[in-house]
Amino acid sequence: MVATETGQTTCRDALAQEEWGALILRVRDTQDRDAFAALFRHFAPRIKGFLMKSGATATLAEECAQDVMATLWQKAHLFDPSRASAATWIFTIARNRRIDALRKSRRPEPEDLPWGPEAEPDQQEALELAQETERLSEAVALLPEKQRELIERAYFGDLSHSEIATETGLPLGTIKSRIRLALDRLRHSMS
Amino acid sequence: MTIRHHLSDQLLLGYSSGQLPEAFNLVVAVHLSLCDDCKARLGAFDAVGGSLMDACDSVAMSDDSLAATLARLEGAVAPPPPRRGTKTLPAPLMDYVGHDLAAVKWRSLGMGVRQAVLRTDKGASARLLYIPAGQKVPDHGHRGTELTLVLQGAFRDETDRFGPGDVEIANEELSHQPIAEAGEDCICLAATDAPLRFSGLLPRIAQPFFGI
Ligand SMILES: [Zn+2]
Repeated sequence: MVATETGQTTCRDALAQEEWGALILRVRDTQDRDAFAALFRHFAPRIKGFLMKSGATATLAEECAQDVMATLWQKAHLFDPSRASAATWIFTIARNRRIDALRKSRRPEPEDLPWGPEAEPDQQEALELAQETERLSEAVALLPEKQRELIERAYFGDLSHSEIATETGLPLGTIKSRIRLALDRLRHSMS
Repeated sequence: MTIRHHLSDQLLLGYSSGQLPEAFNLVVAVHLSLCDDCKARLGAFDAVGGSLMDACDSVAMSDDSLAATLARLEGAVAPPPPRRGTKTLPAPLMDYVGHDLAAVKWRSLGMGVRQAVLRTDKGASARLLYIPAGQKVPDHGHRGTELTLVLQGAFRDETDRFGPGDVEIANEELSHQPIAEAGEDCICLAATDAPLRFSGLLPRIAQPFFGI
């Protein structure tokens, strides 16, 4: 869902998120360059926009957006559509690249969850996560103006960590439970 | 391991949006390595970031950018082995202290207490603390926020008991005197974004004691 200037919203299909995810899996499984090109055309300009909103110059944002997409190619084996939608996962890569480029600081990341073939998520799980992500996007777009602005300022790097509100008002319960189930399945298949 | 003290929404949002100083990121990443509940909560915050990025006004890439990026890609990338640590030394901490807690270069602070300062960016400082079983840490307050994560053993203070994986988030209101539980020596990862404040006669002794 995209908030327009008039405050109206337009629905995007949750299926779209799932299809982007399927393209990342094609990159992972067959190093499919056409799939990569489609992902690039959609996401690279958004990453660039996101980085410029976060204070990067056009040149730096362009360079970083290319890096983020190259990282997507290298790290496609870590993408798990039952835990993160394509946009969510690409966001985490872009955020890390931003910390690197703008703050020149190291970014400690949690341990990887290794997984074998038996841990491969099924399509239903990925679809449900994509739907949940879509519902969350709608809820974020419908937050009261002031609250949404604070959340945006946090993500665009415009708030210090101590200024971040303790109450976010974000409805995160359902998507959290879904990701938790996916983690349980993963842990189960590991043991 | 039963974790009872988790990360706050404020910390998770800060981590997800990339606003935390490196020392805090480290504590968060170590807890996330041990706690699937918080990992799932972080996933929800990341989804918010993803939807904000996806809704961003896109800015056109230069004409040759796709070709340039494609040219950088190599064939199949052999996935690197997953980063795995141990319960007392999760992978993100290994990146800072090496593979063996026993090999950490501890600096003695007296009374059996030892610390090792970790190199992080200047927004906050991080250190490992080694407190012998039964030993007290000087009574202190905080100007900013202090995060303390237990890696081994346990400690108690006025608020509660903190065992492996637990994070204590102490702010300006809390003045406390942690005591390592009897039994196993306690090892913690601590991060502060402001110098600690010691009460009573201790400050002059305690400030160099902590080296901060
Ligand atoms: Zn937790």
